[in-house]
Amino acid sequence: MGDAEIIPIGTRGRPGRGSGKQRPSSAARSLAVGSARRTASPKPAEQPVERHEVTAQAAEPRPRKPPPPKRDPAAARPAPQRPPTRTGDRGATPGIPVSDWLATIESAAVEVFGNDWEPALARFLAFLRRRVTGDYAIDEYGFDAEVTDKFVMAALRPIAQKWFRIEARGIDNIPTEGGALVVSNHSGTLPVDGLMTMSTIFDHTGRHLRPLGADLVFKMPLVSSIARKTGATLACNEDAERMLRGGELVGVWPEGFKGIGKPFAERYKLQRFGRGGFVAAAMRTGVPIVPLSVVGAEEIYPLVGNVPALARLLGVPYIPITPFFPLLGPLGLVPLPSKWLLEFGEPIRTDELDVAAANDPMLVFNVTDQVRETIQQTLYTLLMERESVFG
Amino acid sequence: MGRVVLVTGVSRDIARRFARTVAEHPEVDRVVGVDVVPPRGDIGGVRFHRADIRNPVIAKVIAMEDIDTVVHMSVIATPGSAGGRNTMKELNVIGTMQLLAAAQKAPGLLNVVVKSTTTGYGASPRDPAMFTEDMSPKRLPRSGYAKDVYEIEGYVRGFARRRPDVRVTMLRAANVIGPHVSSPLTSYFRLPVIPTVLGFDPRLQFLHEEDLVSALTHSVVNDVGGTFNVAGDGILLLSQALRRLKRPTVALPGFAVGGIGSALRQARVTDFSPEQLGFLTYGRGVDTTRMRSELGFEPAFSTAAAFDDFGRDLARGAGVREQVLTGLSAAVDPAAAAPPPGSPRRLTSIPAVDRG
Repeated sequence: MGDAEIIPIGTRGRPGRGSGKQRPSSAARSLAVGSARRTASPKPAEQPVERHEVTAQAAEPRPRKPPPPKRDPAAARPAPQRPPTRTGDRGATPGIPVSDWLATIESAAVEVFGNDWEPALARFLAFLRRRVTGDYAIDEYGFDAEVTDKFVMAALRPIAQKWFRIEARGIDNIPTEGGALVVSNHSGTLPVDGLMTMSTIFDHTGRHLRPLGADLVFKMPLVSSIARKTGATLACNEDAERMLRGGELVGVWPEGFKGIGKPFAERYKLQRFGRGGFVAAAMRTGVPIVPLSVVGAEEIYPLVGNVPALARLLGVPYIPITPFFPLLGPLGLVPLPSKWLLEFGEPIRTDELDVAAANDPMLVFNVTDQVRETIQQTLYTLLMERESVFG
Repeated sequence: MGRVVLVTGVSRDIARRFARTVAEHPEVDRVVGVDVVPPRGDIGGVRFHRADIRNPVIAKVIAMEDIDTVVHMSVIATPGSAGGRNTMKELNVIGTMQLLAAAQKAPGLLNVVVKSTTTGYGASPRDPAMFTEDMSPKRLPRSGYAKDVYEIEGYVRGFARRRPDVRVTMLRAANVIGPHVSSPLTSYFRLPVIPTVLGFDPRLQFLHEEDLVSALTHSVVNDVGGTFNVAGDGILLLSQALRRLKRPTVALPGFAVGGIGSALRQARVTDFSPEQLGFLTYGRGVDTTRMRSELGFEPAFSTAAAFDDFGRDLARGAGVREQVLTGLSAAVDPAAAAPPPGSPRRLTSIPAVDRG
């Protein structure tokens, strides 16, 4: 058996996969430099065209005009036609010099921060550093004044001014310093009216309204941490009195879920004002009560239905159905652009009453009714004045 | 003549250090420490008695040594060191009962100081922002350390009613933190990757270990009775604290954090107590006005300073984000970047300037 055919192992230096064929394998072809275009062309179309090359339709555009060198194995080998590219040769920014980058950054900084961009940028970087290293102060309720001023209020401002075109009246009734309790009607399915009131008061007076929220707010993930950081705290007597004693401007929506979740048909009808705890808190601390009437918030999400079973299942007071909400998906969460009127009424003074007044339920109920009537009457007046919902 | 002080639970580090500190106080004559196991470190001039406070023997120690001041510090937060929840409950509740029963029979006793904790206030979304001493937890604790604390405080109040001639001071300490403290909370902060509850950023308050020792010493030598919250000034958010530690964090839903916690506890990696999940979700703040006005005690460390002191050994080098910011601010304005970043003086002054 000396003349047995020797089947070589390997390719003897020729291209291919040891199949003995002269033609390089497809893998080798795709590695070869000149064949990049061919391998990019669709595979199934390529094979038949290759076989019937001679008789093929001449009209058909061939993707393989530069045919791969078949006969010469040395040329088909992935012999470099140009020196190999190394990672060291690839600059991060080929073609754009560093000075151009710097000039671009500088002009961008001038664009964003104005002419004194250097100190402004340094301040901004110092701010970023404080945030990253956690070196900033919050108050005992978890209120982060820096972020609220710089970001939350800046984000709410265009919504308040451009989307809802809020018109604020009687802003002078808010004391410029010292504790005060702003009492407002509540509406709009989601507490957008609270956010808009915070933004309006901050833009006009520079004071932060510290809202009192239901315990549901502090039970919900994400909402709770945002609420505390923007200055909210739990609506309970302890916190309300503590904030008012500390000289804060506190906002309260005594209707609660009854007001915010009422059907669209009952719009602008004030609900019961809780148990009057807010009045007792103001009496004990001797701060004025500023009634606030908000017109326009009722129309942002017209609540036409509710899913009580699902609401009970999820542990929330209601699942709103608006003309757009489950229908349009997340798009239905965009509030309708109603025109808003905010009227701050004459402050109701409580400092003339003695401290024992807060323990007199009849007096507390009377003051509660007075606040409620003031807001209701102002709502009617504002509704008469307004020409149209979206005017 | 000075006071003769009995300190319970001296085998544990913080009580041992308190015993040594109070022994050096000029108004204190003698300090006697009791525990079931001997203290691990040097107790200086403190005389140690091996006695179990769950046992009437403690009455003999009080009588024999002429104790006039009892400082009760033998309340443990986790079953880890004791061996089980039953043992822990027995140590905490039965131990306090026996100790107070013995104290009630001691005619020469003048002062009782109890180290309690703010954990007893609980942590829930219905909590007021700051608990004062008059407030009680919104929901009564059902189990664990918080229930022990609640029961112990009840026994202490009962003792104060039965022995009106004895001055009783109860210090509700916020979470004690410091380089030497090993507690469920410090072991949580020592985890290599710290799990947080997704969507919640609790408010935390800390008391430095040295401040706890000086608050207890203060209430031993000053005749002020009552219940006092003791905590460092200010509040830290958990996110803020973790940024200061420069540790990687992972935000998980609450049940997952609880699951990881109990797994770590069973693996004996950390002491993660079940109350801690509520604390790490909703946080807690206590009002310390009465500590200043009535007790007359002023902590040396604020909450943030206490946490920084704790984190000094733990902190790694500056993170990538911080390094980038340092480089950028040095490039933009070398003068502004000159003061060392993170120095507390500069940082506390910034919000004040912004407001003014």
